[in-house]
Amino acid sequence: MTDAPSTIAERSAEVLVRSTPTVIARRVRGLSDRAIAWLFITPTIALLLAINIFPLIWAVYLSFTNFRANRPNAEITGVGLRNYQRVLNDPDIWIAMQTTAHFVFWTILLQTVIGFSLAYLIDRKFRGHAFWTTVILIPMMLSPAVVGNFWRFLYQPQIGLFNYIVSYFSGIPPSSFEMLGSVSLAPWAIIIVDTWMWTPYVMLICLAGLRSIPDYIYEAAEVDRASAWRQFWSITVPMALPFIMLAVLFRGIENFKMFDMVMLLTGGGPGSTTEVASITLKREAFESWLTGRSSAFAIILFVAVFGLANIYVKALNKVKQR
Amino acid sequence: MTNHRLTTCPPRQKRPFFIRRGPMENIATVLISAGFLMLFQPFLLVLYTYSLAALLAGTVMFIIVSKFPE
Repeated sequence: MTDAPSTIAERSAEVLVRSTPTVIARRVRGLSDRAIAWLFITPTIALLLAINIFPLIWAVYLSFTNFRANRPNAEITGVGLRNYQRVLNDPDIWIAMQTTAHFVFWTILLQTVIGFSLAYLIDRKFRGHAFWTTVILIPMMLSPAVVGNFWRFLYQPQIGLFNYIVSYFSGIPPSSFEMLGSVSLAPWAIIIVDTWMWTPYVMLICLAGLRSIPDYIYEAAEVDRASAWRQFWSITVPMALPFIMLAVLFRGIENFKMFDMVMLLTGGGPGSTTEVASITLKREAFESWLTGRSSAFAIILFVAVFGLANIYVKALNKVKQR
Repeated sequence: MTNHRLTTCPPRQKRPFFIRRGPMENIATVLISAGFLMLFQPFLLVLYTYSLAALLAGTVMFIIVSKFPE
């Protein structure tokens, strides 16, 4: 009996083996499985070290110094914990943290509720559901720069479509309110845009969760004469919960770093009502050129997100084990 | 008549509280949550000032105790 390769995969593997230069093939043949595994992952690890780990360590180092990026030749001296002390006693940064918390809380809440509702509707498989899924996903595919500029036009008090729609439903004159210029409305303007853009992402993850629930569980529930409401709370929500939690984790981490959309829409204004932590960080680093202090600020944010992600992953594992 | 003798497992020595994963992980979780709330709360500046200490202590503790056996 011949050992000729039977499947397409085996045949292509054979072709690959034959096309490998003899010198390389001989060298690889002499390596252990462990060595080959290391050979494959080394470029990734090197890249990770260069792009993620080194800047992080460098930022930690800078946070203990008086380094200013606009004076690269000035002597760098250690200042101990002074940068951290200043950041943690600055009332302006404290307010920026509160703005960030407000922004993160509302965007995550709205995105999760709307995203899960949309996923639940799409999962019903009505006529044209594939088309509507694509339509709903469009905002997520756009660049934040495009979305920012696009919504600036929509929010224009004179010509903006948003004001006209609000005016149509509420009867308020369209030019009587300014979404981006009002102290009370500007934070909500950003929340609306972020929700509009990222709800499809949450929807997609929730949809994956809903599609992973086997039909036989619902069939068994039907046999037991469980109502639709009961099925939703006892089957759908618990089984989709790990996916919902993942979506919240991803969006939470992203929204803590939110910069581009806020910068394009309001630039942190009016006053400092929409100045989230990342905007303050950018001002400290590239307008005041307090690199050491801004590094300390960045490390504080990193520790906060890292700590929260740790306990969140623990909770996620517990939910998965149930 | 058969004589059934009750056999009992020798009592397992309980690990000291501070090297048990479960309770220590819970303490770390509480510390992180407290630090997080302190960082973003709008009431007292002094809580904000000490938020990093709580967060850092919780996170370091969590990393260490999560390596303990179950």
